[in-house]
Amino acid sequence: MNIGYYPGCALHGSSNDYEQSLRACLGVLDVQLGEIKDWICCGATAAHSLNHKLSLALPARNLAVAERDGFKELFAPCPLCSMQLLKVKKAVGDERVRKELSEIVEAEVRGESEVLNLIQLFEKVGAERLKSAVKAPLGSITGACYYGCLLTRPPDVVHFDDFEQPSSMEAIVAALGAKTVEWNYKTECCGAGMTMSNEDVVLELANKILSNAAEHGANCLVVACPMCHVNLDMKQAAVERRFGKKLGMVVYYLSDLVGLALGLSAEQLGINRHFVTQA
Amino acid sequence: MSRIGVFTCWCGENIARTVDVDEVAKRVAELPGVRCSLNYKYMCSDPGQAIVREKIASEKLDGVVVASCSPHMHLKTFRKAAQAAGLNPYLVEMANIREQCSWVHHDRAQATAKAIEIIRLSVEKARNDAALQPIRVPVTRRALVIGGGVAGIQAALDIADAGHEVVMVEREPSIGGKMAGLSETFPTLDCSQCILTPRMVEVGQHPRIKLYSYSEVEKVEGFIGNFKITIRQKARYVDISKCTGCGECWNICPLKRNLSEFDYGMGMRPAIYIPFPQAVPARPVIDKSQCAKLIRNGCGLCEKKCKAEAINFKDEDRLVEEAVGAVVVATGYKLYSIAKSQPKATLAGYGEYGYGKYKDVIDSLQFERLVSASGPTGGVLKRPSDGAIPKSVVFISCVGSRDNAKGLPYCSKICCMYTAKHTMLYKHKVHDGQAHVFYMDIRAGGKGYEEFVRRAIEQDGARYYRGRVSKITQEGGKLVVRGADTLAGMPVTIEADMVVLAAAMRPADGIEELAQKLNIGYDEFGFLLESHPKLRPVETNTGGIFIAGACHSPKDIPEAVAQASAAASKVQVMLAADELTREPEIAAINEQTCAACFTCVRTCPYHAIERAEVRTPRGAFIKNTARVNPGLCMGCGTCVSVCPSKSADLLGFTDQQVYAEVESLA
Repeated sequence: MNIGYYPGCALHGSSNDYEQSLRACLGVLDVQLGEIKDWICCGATAAHSLNHKLSLALPARNLAVAERDGFKELFAPCPLCSMQLLKVKKAVGDERVRKELSEIVEAEVRGESEVLNLIQLFEKVGAERLKSAVKAPLGSITGACYYGCLLTRPPDVVHFDDFEQPSSMEAIVAALGAKTVEWNYKTECCGAGMTMSNEDVVLELANKILSNAAEHGANCLVVACPMCHVNLDMKQAAVERRFGKKLGMVVYYLSDLVGLALGLSAEQLGINRHFVTQA
Repeated sequence: MSRIGVFTCWCGENIARTVDVDEVAKRVAELPGVRCSLNYKYMCSDPGQAIVREKIASEKLDGVVVASCSPHMHLKTFRKAAQAAGLNPYLVEMANIREQCSWVHHDRAQATAKAIEIIRLSVEKARNDAALQPIRVPVTRRALVIGGGVAGIQAALDIADAGHEVVMVEREPSIGGKMAGLSETFPTLDCSQCILTPRMVEVGQHPRIKLYSYSEVEKVEGFIGNFKITIRQKARYVDISKCTGCGECWNICPLKRNLSEFDYGMGMRPAIYIPFPQAVPARPVIDKSQCAKLIRNGCGLCEKKCKAEAINFKDEDRLVEEAVGAVVVATGYKLYSIAKSQPKATLAGYGEYGYGKYKDVIDSLQFERLVSASGPTGGVLKRPSDGAIPKSVVFISCVGSRDNAKGLPYCSKICCMYTAKHTMLYKHKVHDGQAHVFYMDIRAGGKGYEEFVRRAIEQDGARYYRGRVSKITQEGGKLVVRGADTLAGMPVTIEADMVVLAAAMRPADGIEELAQKLNIGYDEFGFLLESHPKLRPVETNTGGIFIAGACHSPKDIPEAVAQASAAASKVQVMLAADELTREPEIAAINEQTCAACFTCVRTCPYHAIERAEVRTPRGAFIKNTARVNPGLCMGCGTCVSVCPSKSADLLGFTDQQVYAEVESLA
């Protein structure tokens, strides 16, 4: 399987451990990632609060380049990126908008490529295929699957899973032989937008999420978003200090668990580079 | 040559201000076929009508044109006047020179010219009018009531008490509907069952009511006054004519752990059961999906125990036919299915409330059962998860109502009231408990309603927060309800023991299929459509079919009952005589020229055209043809426009008349 790949800023920067994990486990599953040429910012953080047209034009260019290069599927591992791309796909349903965006980005925006998030990519690979590829079943893992705010929202843009009570990540994790827990904060905000501006909010939200997962019997969290990972992993020590408790929750990318089950090592997947490494 | 009389009305100043009525009368008199032309200040007044009558007689008129207002206003008036003078009433035409001329123009000369043109058209139409006779349709003087809830019961009893036979079809094993499951009713806190069950018994024992319980309407044929209804009696596996309702069978049944439909899953029932002790008929039914005998030929204890030998495991669905003249549809409502998968996304919202995930998040009808004396907990409020008495309960209104994003746009109307009632019932049962209500607005229009809500707040101490709940989670055995208090401008978090969701009202399952069988209209939500929202509130657009209760729109018990009585009185008017009179302005097919393509049969929105054969008096086949059923035709003219051989025509509005009008303009 050869699919278009849009890494976005996070996977080439602060979350390059995520990219390492992805590339390692997708390599085993024989999924080739074709990184699209000259990709630009998806516009998620600043553009959409400043200028609507700009917030469409930025992802529109990325989509247009992927379509020009013949990718029928475009994988965006960061949910902010995939949501932005899906927003364009929805907007170009209006032919006038489509023409205008094509003019702005100087390339034909068709909006026909299928945009995939990490969970959908594994769904494409297929649970059966995953099951049969498992070499080291994850019997010791009891994960709390954490979707965060954007994987399922806004529902009329992303059309993915039940946006309040999703279950697609659990299905993948179960295929790897791991257990999952039902808990309360699957789709709550982790406060990523406040990481720089208001750490108090972030710590409180991260504390709720991590503690609730632990209370429901999880021994780790599973995420599919680089922002969530930063907040729950990197900030975990600060949460522990602030609230005077020991959490020690390892925060895995979904691809980490897939990789581990496929027999890859923590080093190959970059798990050793996380802040919290002791399960 | 025709002898048409034209009577131009001033309508006081309404017409005369902008139209020169003297000029009109003078000019119209010159039109071909016009015998006399005059004007008068109020043509519809008694002296005005007298002029029309007098001229018909003295001038031997064979057609009348009244140039005045819209035919909706006074066509009937002038037809009656003409009839009184011996002229066929269908030879009277109205030229609308008020709404369509004087009221919409300022220029007197132009308006006058236009009035003359309008009258010219009407004169041409009148010259081509034919005398018509009203259609008489025989009436079967019996009525069908579909649905045995409070609305259906009221309608059936009213009609039956007036002396007509009633056939009632109820799809559940017992009549009583939603009201039978309610605890107490607002705003008086009457015990719901205490006021309903006597009425149910009346239905069960009424000599003129034939009750088909556990049955559904399978097929509807015929037309106003002459419906043929096919009813499917679902296999009950109990012969209700032999059964005495003694209860041996449901006591002996070993399969007692089945979720009770009547208790909305809050309680259990055996595989052979009556839904509730006061059921009418008080005869059990076997759930074939759960009975061990029916599934794998085991058990059979009830059959052995039954002294009346009423159990029949070989029972099958039966189809029966009933002839009726009128139908009342009173199929009621169901609740919005919170967070369950549905064909439309907007019908599956509110996953954030965890309904179906947390046992102590229930809907309002489930709460009714938990506080009902006849309920699964015997009237003691115990929460479903562990049977503990909840000390803090959160009520959320508008779950699915008034929400374009993930629910339905309409207001379900009764939730504000029953939520206030719920807080009171709760406080009366759990004195040290605290009720919290999240609301959007409190809509308490109705006699004693606002006072009732104030009582819930002021006397029974319910805390009301204007705002929505964003999420419900479960932590440490508590339901954590996070919402907003928009009046205080503060987020609110409440740790509750139980949450009750006031889910929106939707029409009952299968309403659209039923509406299609009956050929009546429904809106985008499935609620049945009335013929006119103000003046014909219980009639449908299909003659002889009436609606009552929550199948029409969300409504409370008093409104449903009032509407049911209104529908019943309409039925009584219909059934008062042996035959009905209908306007003769309907379609007719020229059977000689009809090519039997049956395009009209497929197009007719009222299914009023049928395939027929033309035969000699001796019965030899000549040809196929389409034929209009005068009982069903509503005179819309659709068939006329689609007929390729121009064999369909609309009496009173024939093609010839329309062409004559158009040509007169040239």
